[in-house]
Amino acid sequence: MSAHLPVLQVLVPLLAAPVCALLRSARAAAALAVLASWTTLAVALALLGEVKSAGVVSYAIGGWVPPIGIEYRVDMVNAWVLVIVGTIASVVSPYMVVSVSSEVERRRIPLFYAAYLLCLTGLLGIAVTGDVFNVFVFLEISSLSAYALIAMGTRRRALTAAFRYLVMGSVGATFIVIGIGLLYVMTGSLNMADLAVLLPEVWDSRTVKVAYGFLGVGFCLKLALFPLHLWLPNAYAYAPSAVTAFMASTATKVAVYMLLRFFLTIFGAPFSFGTMALDRLLLPLALVAIVSMSMVAVLQVDVKRLLAYSSVAQIGYVVLGLSLASVTGLTATLLHLFNHALMKGALFMAMGCVVYRIGSVHIDAMAGLGRRMPWTMAAFVVGGLSLVGVPLTVGFVSKWYLILGAIERGWWPVAVVVLLASLLALVYVWRVVETAYMRPYEGDGRAVEAPPGLLLPTWVLAAASIYFGVFAKSTVATAEQAARVLMSGVGS
Amino acid sequence: MTSGALLGFTLLAPLAGAAAIALLRARPNARETASLVASGTLFVIVLQVYLAVSGGNRPELALAEPIPGISITLEAEPLGVLFALVASFLWIVTTMYSIGYMRGHRESNQTRFYLFFAFAIASAMGVAFAGNLFTLFVFYELLSLTTFPLVTHAGTAKARRAGRVYLGILLTTSIGLLLLAIAWTYAITGTLDFREGGILEGRAAGAVVPVLLGLYVFGIGKAAVMPLHRWLPAAMVAPTPVSALLHAVAVVKAGVFAVLKVTVYVFGIDFLAEAGASAWLTWVAAATIILGSLVALTKDNLKARLAYSTVSQLSYVVLGAMLASSLGVGGGGMHIVTHAFGKITLFFCAGAIYVVAHKTEVSQMRGLGRTMPVTMTAFLIGALSVVGVPPLAGSISKWYLLGATLDAGQIGLAAVLVVSTLLNVAYLLPIPILAFFSKAEGETADRGPQGGTAISEAPVWCLIALSIAALGCIALFFWADRVYQLLQPIAAAAGG
Repeated sequence: MSAHLPVLQVLVPLLAAPVCALLRSARAAAALAVLASWTTLAVALALLGEVKSAGVVSYAIGGWVPPIGIEYRVDMVNAWVLVIVGTIASVVSPYMVVSVSSEVERRRIPLFYAAYLLCLTGLLGIAVTGDVFNVFVFLEISSLSAYALIAMGTRRRALTAAFRYLVMGSVGATFIVIGIGLLYVMTGSLNMADLAVLLPEVWDSRTVKVAYGFLGVGFCLKLALFPLHLWLPNAYAYAPSAVTAFMASTATKVAVYMLLRFFLTIFGAPFSFGTMALDRLLLPLALVAIVSMSMVAVLQVDVKRLLAYSSVAQIGYVVLGLSLASVTGLTATLLHLFNHALMKGALFMAMGCVVYRIGSVHIDAMAGLGRRMPWTMAAFVVGGLSLVGVPLTVGFVSKWYLILGAIERGWWPVAVVVLLASLLALVYVWRVVETAYMRPYEGDGRAVEAPPGLLLPTWVLAAASIYFGVFAKSTVATAEQAARVLMSGVGS
Repeated sequence: MTSGALLGFTLLAPLAGAAAIALLRARPNARETASLVASGTLFVIVLQVYLAVSGGNRPELALAEPIPGISITLEAEPLGVLFALVASFLWIVTTMYSIGYMRGHRESNQTRFYLFFAFAIASAMGVAFAGNLFTLFVFYELLSLTTFPLVTHAGTAKARRAGRVYLGILLTTSIGLLLLAIAWTYAITGTLDFREGGILEGRAAGAVVPVLLGLYVFGIGKAAVMPLHRWLPAAMVAPTPVSALLHAVAVVKAGVFAVLKVTVYVFGIDFLAEAGASAWLTWVAAATIILGSLVALTKDNLKARLAYSTVSQLSYVVLGAMLASSLGVGGGGMHIVTHAFGKITLFFCAGAIYVVAHKTEVSQMRGLGRTMPVTMTAFLIGALSVVGVPPLAGSISKWYLLGATLDAGQIGLAAVLVVSTLLNVAYLLPIPILAFFSKAEGETADRGPQGGTAISEAPVWCLIALSIAALGCIALFFWADRVYQLLQPIAAAAGG
């Protein structure tokens, strides 16, 4: 059984999805979705354990030996990403059960779970596979189901948001498939490990560089790097709350993983940082993303949009770590993937609790909620402090490594920008906190504490974002190990 | 009980107090008893730590290691013990005072008030016993966050605005400058531990040292070095017990204490003196001393005047640290103690006046000495101590600091201290003079047959508290050598 872990990672949610669609009962579909999500986490943790003890785990689909057949290949890096996705899925899925029942039409609920499970399948598939075309297939699975999930939002603007995401997402996917095609033309291989061996011979060819460019643009669209982020704020703001929490914590993270895997494992760090000057290209984009998107977040009145812009800014931090081109920087990147998933998940879920009770997340509607919904808002405060990067929260840990990485490279202004942007985060978080705690409640009494079905998952993530801030040893060690794997390329 | 565990209890005592306060929220008398018991217990614990440290021990307690190589560790050393002793003792006094003040003033949300007060004290203890820069930073930030609900206690628009200034400046400086300085230090030295003689010697040289020191001094915004002092006057919107304990003692002293600690244990006095890296900062401190006093002169609002006086007095300590000599650091350490007692007395009196007579402006205080003799006598004692008149505590630390400037051959800085003393006289002494020697407004020559006004003093809890604080100003003058002996190891380590 344990030999089949890599394929089980994908098969469980993939098989559960059509069953969900066939089920008439919303409750049965929900139970199945939760069960499938928890199984994926168990599988992901088992895989991480195996990778830690045995190194790289390789699995040949259908017994076809790579590079002929499709290989699933798990090392420290994707084991880490699988754990992130699995964790978020297993926390968000029970939350979905309550949240979705109030936000999605009853007859559509089984279909909703089917789409959710397909999306999960796609994200896990991207992370687990060792075959570049397979990446594209899973990318399409996750994207198409994501469009459907977003379109199920209560407000009609969810439809335009989903359509916009569909257009931009398809452009991104097309760029990626063109890049993959060019690589295949040059090497005749689709296997990642194989490509990593073959590519250095043709590094100098213009085709490879063009492929690099196409892939880069495609990934940056999917991970919403400024200025290719335009699809994200509306998609996050109008999707059902549970979908936002799930997507914000997983989809962009997996896109970052794709970028790291292609550019560092397949092309290799020397090519990316040497020939293509990826670090110098990404650095200004990351910095602009961090500063400008934090400023835009300050101006938002819809708190979900505010958090969405904050997400774009946080992606800037993730990319900044990559552009430092060092083990410390990459450690920060990988840490922040996990840490940001925890805190942003908690924040969006807290907002889902607010939507559940008062149907709005306009900042004025939140006046006085600090007393009406104390647990919900306390979770928001915890997530918010983590976003600012207050010590003893996860946000501090990733920022610490980011600053160290910048100082290591002698990029002083970068360290200063990171710190100053934390203050912008403080401003936008504080606006919400001040409204909720220091203004009197003006509503009609609907605002009472959210039901435990919503609160519990929210607090799991909020508590985790403190726990892994106080005891960060294990996450730092794993992230650092994964960063070394990435920097040293394939085969180690 | 091991002495390391004692340090853990300095955090636990106020936290347990906070839990009791929250549980007893429905019964005010029990709740206030819980506050008093917690503060008394804490003081006894800190006294034990003092005994251990003065016996030559350095108790240590590791709590957690969030990031590999960077731990949260408590360690007691002389400066920290001194700060903790002052803060915990004055917590007892302030709790008594708060009972009188908050009830006399019929404040709302009193449970929240006592609760966050206890949290703030726990954070202050963490600052006092921080064993490394990271721990110091963590508790320093916690102190900013836990005092925020106290500053904005009134909940008015004005309080909200002040709260924004307060948190804005404190967090901007700490995240933008202090954290940068800490990360830089870590990048240079690979450690964040406080060590005798510092950790930077031999690892940093040239222009890096003064820049890094500047980042620390300005990054520790709680030291209120100009131009980063605005948060302190803003914080005066808080209820007076908060202004008294936190913004004359715990919060501001945490700032200057951190400056001293960084000077002694990160840079090392000898290293700083050799590098001459702190020379430019002595003049920043000197400017703050003079400017703070000048602004205080222009303020008619009593609490605002006291706040600017605090800004000025805090820079005495910063100046002492930046002189980078054992005399300067010793004098700075003493000034933390003596100024704490003097200024808390003044704030207690200001609050008492507000509760009884509802007067906030200096110009309204004519004749108050007759209706509130105890309060105004205490005010006079506090004022004289801050000015530095013997036999009051303030004179001793000023004497040491003056000696330190002369020792360093800095006549200009010595002159600054002298001028500042004159300015202290000019902005503090008119208040008791007005109160005792001029007639109240509307008061005419032909008073009633008794020829006197009825005594109308502050609530008895307030009177007890401000009397203890005023007596402390006198007592410390005679106990100054004990304080100095406690600080002796630091002085001996430098240039010894």
